[in-house]
Amino acid sequence: MQRGIVVRLVIFSVLTFAAVFYLVPTFIGELPSWWGGFLPTERIHLGLDLQGGSHLVLEVKVDKAVENALERIKEDMRKLLREKAVPPSELERNQGNQIRLKVPAANGDRVRDLLKGEFPNLVLVSSRTDPGGREFLFALHERELRSLREDTVDQSLETIRNRIDQFGVSEPVIQRRGQQDILVQLPGVQDPERAKEIIGKTAILEFKLLDETHSVEEAVKSGPPPGTEILYGYAQKGEGGLGAERVSYLLDARTLMTGEYITDARVRPGSNLDGPYVELMLNSNGARLFERITAENVKRRLAIVLDNRVYSAPVIQERIGGGRASITGTFEMKEARDLAIVLRAGALRAPVEIVEERTVGPSLGRDSIRQGIISLVVGGSLVILFMVAYYMGAGLVADVAVIFNILFLLAILAGFGAVLTLPGLAGIVLTMGMAVDANVLINERIREELRGGKSPRSAVEAGYERALPAILDSNITTFLSGLILFQFGTGPIKGFAVTLCVGIFTTVLTAVYLTRIYYDYRMAARKLTRISI
Amino acid sequence: MEFIKPGTRIPFTRYRHVAVILSTLVNIAVLALLFTKGPNLGVDFAGGTMVHLKFQQKVSIPEIRQALGKSALGDSVIQDFGEDGSNEFMVRLEKTSVQIGALGEDIRRGLSDQFGQDRFEIRRIESVGPKVGKDLRQRGAWSVIAAMIMMGVYIWLRFGYSFGARFGFHFGLGAVISLIHDVLVTIGALLLVNYEFDLTIVAALLTIIGFSVNDTVIVCDRIRENMRKSRRESLESIINTSINETLSRTIITTGTAILVLIGLFLLGGGVIRPFAFALLVGFSSGVYSTIFIASPVILMWERGKK
Repeated sequence: MQRGIVVRLVIFSVLTFAAVFYLVPTFIGELPSWWGGFLPTERIHLGLDLQGGSHLVLEVKVDKAVENALERIKEDMRKLLREKAVPPSELERNQGNQIRLKVPAANGDRVRDLLKGEFPNLVLVSSRTDPGGREFLFALHERELRSLREDTVDQSLETIRNRIDQFGVSEPVIQRRGQQDILVQLPGVQDPERAKEIIGKTAILEFKLLDETHSVEEAVKSGPPPGTEILYGYAQKGEGGLGAERVSYLLDARTLMTGEYITDARVRPGSNLDGPYVELMLNSNGARLFERITAENVKRRLAIVLDNRVYSAPVIQERIGGGRASITGTFEMKEARDLAIVLRAGALRAPVEIVEERTVGPSLGRDSIRQGIISLVVGGSLVILFMVAYYMGAGLVADVAVIFNILFLLAILAGFGAVLTLPGLAGIVLTMGMAVDANVLINERIREELRGGKSPRSAVEAGYERALPAILDSNITTFLSGLILFQFGTGPIKGFAVTLCVGIFTTVLTAVYLTRIYYDYRMAARKLTRISI
Repeated sequence: MEFIKPGTRIPFTRYRHVAVILSTLVNIAVLALLFTKGPNLGVDFAGGTMVHLKFQQKVSIPEIRQALGKSALGDSVIQDFGEDGSNEFMVRLEKTSVQIGALGEDIRRGLSDQFGQDRFEIRRIESVGPKVGKDLRQRGAWSVIAAMIMMGVYIWLRFGYSFGARFGFHFGLGAVISLIHDVLVTIGALLLVNYEFDLTIVAALLTIIGFSVNDTVIVCDRIRENMRKSRRESLESIINTSINETLSRTIITTGTAILVLIGLFLLGGGVIRPFAFALLVGFSSGVYSTIFIASPVILMWERGKK
């Protein structure tokens, strides 16, 4: 018996030391340099609701990517059929994401065989002949569709990661969630609106020629002539950004070049009048293409369009070589910097939409921590005082167990680098209230056994032994509901589930095994003749 | 100190008919309220946007409404939040940031125009799209139901193992019925005080389920023990004895939990308050349901079978 006590005491001492070491990184801001070598460095991380920051769930509009792919295929098809001298009489993408092609009936079989060889990604859905000719319906192959969706989400995730890295957020979380969602967490971000702006921009850059043969006013009134489109830009922002004046441009619908050739984008300080501009560096293919475009269109106006907004439409003065282009506009410095970030990181293949946002400002987080700690201290003190008042000596023993309980609980959270959220903090408070349950069960049992006439010694033994099944049962049920909660919950709620479940483990450890050491010691020392309970 | 004197024998089972009728009525009333008035769903479940504002000076709700109205944010519900004099408000908007675009920016601009640049602070924005809201709603409801069933199955297996399957089943059934009671009572209380239902409320309900079933387990455990000890006594008398013997523990355990919950309710801040409130109600109801619901259910079933 004596040895058993010593062994258990040693085990608990080691656990306590370990717990203290695990907690040091959490409570000491700057660790001394020798610490990291062999001692734990993981700390309790504060959840977004406690330290402030943004939690965003973005839905990638993969259907849009599918539409774009079909649109491209359709154009390729048109080109091919023209080259082969079997031009389509009708060719369009319909609502059900199919390509509808109509050719003169005589060409039907030839076209079918031609397309079969050239577009292995398409499947022929139906083909019928009517007086107008032969009509085909094509759809993307199922396998192709699936991989296109997957790639789109993966590529969006990479692009968003790039943008966030360049924006500069420490310890961001960027994860894929489910079929087409991306989870983004930005702890401590100061300007969430700006972050959202950068993340959410599709950033498709296009160079298009201005149509100067028709009047813009006319086109705005009665619709753009075929082959052209109307896009808008903003001239000279007024004060506060609200007074921006919308300017319409009539453009050739054809895109001469896109942003895919960009290798780098930098903000350059402009002259005092113009403000900063963004300079683009193009790769060699892009440089050649840009040189050809500018050479062919000297004296015409080339519009620079980002996400369907015209930024500028300068006149091409001469052929531009060297692979450099610039976007001027009336930028503020911040705006120019953000634009450079998205251009560097590349475009999203499909637009994204924010379907869930939770942003907490830093001051609310601080208040929550303060309130959480106050309620922890107040609630804990009440429980501790109550236990002493009700059970006296045995209550004191239970109180010591509760304090060790919280110590171990925090140490385990720190050891796993767990995230502490506001509900998680509430979970710790609740654990204090529920942890004494085990000791209440034991103490009530001991009292009962004492009343039954047993000696203190056998009453303690019977008390622990008989209370144990009930203690285990009650903790297992709470643990089970904690597991369901973990399964269901998002961020903050998961934090609660974690503290609840870890708390159960530490409760059984301290309330049952730690307190038992004390009674066993007294028994072994033959001092358990009276018991304060 | 002792709250419950040893040898206390309150004939709880004698009141079971009254209790069952009363509880059934209460539960029906809650269900009726739930389906007519409906729960006040938070943005987590209903979708939409919630903005938590703090002002440095005293402002009135109409002033805020006027300021926000300028930026055309659509219909808004504005409520006082937090302690008196803290000048904190909750603004609830139907639309989400997706639909409005730079939502925070719009709000900031509207408020700046009315109150001045640094006179206020946007402390929190929660915005949930309708699809996500629906998904969370379903998952929330299912997790509560799954937890209750799981508890019932656990008790069934646990007591069925040493007690015979039939008995275990009745214990499990008694536990599930009393859990349904606790969850409904909590929901009813939340409906009455008009707190919003959100994710933290689901967390509270699951915690209540896990905690409330403890009492039932403890009593059932004692019933099992007493049945072994005295085989000749009637089931009703054994149940009664068991409830009385564990009464002290039931009250003290729930009591300490309630102590810390009162602390959380009063001092934990506005975000945690509905959560603490739900737990307070649910834990208290758990004591009642263990004594007056779970045990009578076991008793009635056993009688019915004979």
